[in-house]
Amino acid sequence: MNASLSKLVGGKQGAIGLALLAALIFVVLPLGVDIFRLNLVGKYLTYAFVAVSLVLLWGNGGILSLGQGIFFGLGGYGMAMFMKLEASDPITTKIQTTPGIPDFMDWNQITELPWFWHPFQSLPLTILAILVIPALFAYFIGFAMFKRRVGGVYFAIITQAIALILSILIVGQQGLTGGVNGITDLKTVMGWDTRTDSAKYILYYVNGILLIGSILLSKYILNSKFGMLLLAMRDKEERVRFSGYDVSNFKIFIFCVAAMISAVGGAMFTLQVGFMSPSFVGIVPSIEMVIFCAVGGRMSLIGAVYGTLLVNYGKTVFSETYPELWLFLMGGLFITVVMFFPNGLAGIYEKYAKKIKFLRKFSDAQPEKAADVVPTNEIKEMGAKA
Amino acid sequence: MSNTDFVLAIEDLTVSFDGFKAVDNLTMYIDKNELRVVIGPNGAGKTTVLDLICGKTKSTSGSIKFRNTELTKLSEHEIVRAGVGRKFQTPSIYENLSVYQNLEVSYPKGRGVWGSLFFKRSEAVVSQVKKIAEEIMLTDFLEMEAALLSHGQKQWLEIGMLLMQDPELLMLDEPVAGMSAKERDQTADLLNKICKNRSVIVIEHDMEFVKKIAHKVTVLHQGKILAEGAMDKVQADEKVIEVYLGH
Repeated sequence: MNASLSKLVGGKQGAIGLALLAALIFVVLPLGVDIFRLNLVGKYLTYAFVAVSLVLLWGNGGILSLGQGIFFGLGGYGMAMFMKLEASDPITTKIQTTPGIPDFMDWNQITELPWFWHPFQSLPLTILAILVIPALFAYFIGFAMFKRRVGGVYFAIITQAIALILSILIVGQQGLTGGVNGITDLKTVMGWDTRTDSAKYILYYVNGILLIGSILLSKYILNSKFGMLLLAMRDKEERVRFSGYDVSNFKIFIFCVAAMISAVGGAMFTLQVGFMSPSFVGIVPSIEMVIFCAVGGRMSLIGAVYGTLLVNYGKTVFSETYPELWLFLMGGLFITVVMFFPNGLAGIYEKYAKKIKFLRKFSDAQPEKAADVVPTNEIKEMGAKA
Repeated sequence: MSNTDFVLAIEDLTVSFDGFKAVDNLTMYIDKNELRVVIGPNGAGKTTVLDLICGKTKSTSGSIKFRNTELTKLSEHEIVRAGVGRKFQTPSIYENLSVYQNLEVSYPKGRGVWGSLFFKRSEAVVSQVKKIAEEIMLTDFLEMEAALLSHGQKQWLEIGMLLMQDPELLMLDEPVAGMSAKERDQTADLLNKICKNRSVIVIEHDMEFVKKIAHKVTVLHQGKILAEGAMDKVQADEKVIEVYLGH
């Protein structure tokens, strides 16, 4: 392994962590579970994009966005619009008043394809839009907030409000967006049926590769001077400003990167699940994503993926048996993690790993470090999983 | 205002907060390679003057010229890039980064978004970090997390972070606060060393320390200059004695 590659993955330890995650995603899960469950895992892994973006933004940059659903949604809707148009060719939709437009438009007495749907007839333009529109939107939000030095809890509230506004807008404009039902009955991409088992496998792998790619991109950013500055800004913003840096530009940039990564997750969600709806845009999903990230460890890119998988696994298990209880449980989980394990699963793992090292060469380690590393059996298990 | 030979020329500077004039019609000049100490009772406006110079506070009227560049219209990072460094009253360092990283982040290259993404740790950076670490007596602590340094070492680290930028004007707000007697002496030596090729403004309360370092002392009181000159002259000034002992 050459030096720059080693730096990219974060040394030996980072390489092992990444390899284990890749093995889990690409080998263990596809072999271990049936295609229905694998498709479910694939869906969860699309949320992991958002969790990874929050590690950049929140864990390292100290910028808590409670509106990452906005960008997940923009990416997801972009892909959904393309697939919907493909599913609405004039022959299939010939019983409509206006053939050739999506069915929900026809139901809402719309007789012509709205202007902003036109670019989504082309796949290259759609892919471009999935990346560029969320980044531009993030740029505008970021420019308006960070140049005025709005940050902390105010930024969190404003992003949350924007997520709410966007979801209300989508629900309200039924004829243009499919309303509360979202965009459904998505079948093909360039004639390729995404609902078959083989397509599901392929999409699962594409998703996995993109996720690992996003993690590598994030690692590159965090290992560069930019990453060091992110931490510095999180801890002492004034000091960074008075060291000759225009802090707002750095915040805007990382917010845009986080938006793009989230949007890729959204697009992959649509491809694998076959629909997109406003329930993945608003406040609740945005906060859920923050919880995934917090549980996994907001400082750990890989931890965020495990956190997402674990919480969603819990959600699937519990919400099947106790659907009402789940939200309370998740709220409790969030509070517990923030209060007792501020660095999430990754933090527990790190403490546990340190303890092992300490036991190996206890003469070198400092006694007081050992005192706060006394994991219970339960924590040990969680640590081992992470 | 005409151009001058001074590194810093402050003229008729006023800032008022809701009618209260924290700095009132202040005029002050700093020479090349001068180490000026600003003293004065609490609330005299000392820190506010530094805030005005470095752009943290915007002035109500007046002018601040640094090497004949007007600073009052520049933003904070532009002032730093022009060559003005400022240390804050409480040590302001990046606790979660190592001493090495603290210094490296302060290196004046790769200051833009893209520049920082593709910034390479070159030989020049490493040698500069080592040189500064030596100067601030932290060579043995380069790999240590900055949070674990003693209070005095944190103060030195912040001074070192400023030295990394090689500013022409260095402003230090109470650099020896919370330091032991020995650390104070070391800091005095450090300041005497670093003012060789730059101008330095220091705010300080500790008169013993001021005597050791000051070329010239400015006494501020209620936003105005009460006295200015050599330390012993200022100390003998009746107005100064009254202000310091009168309340």
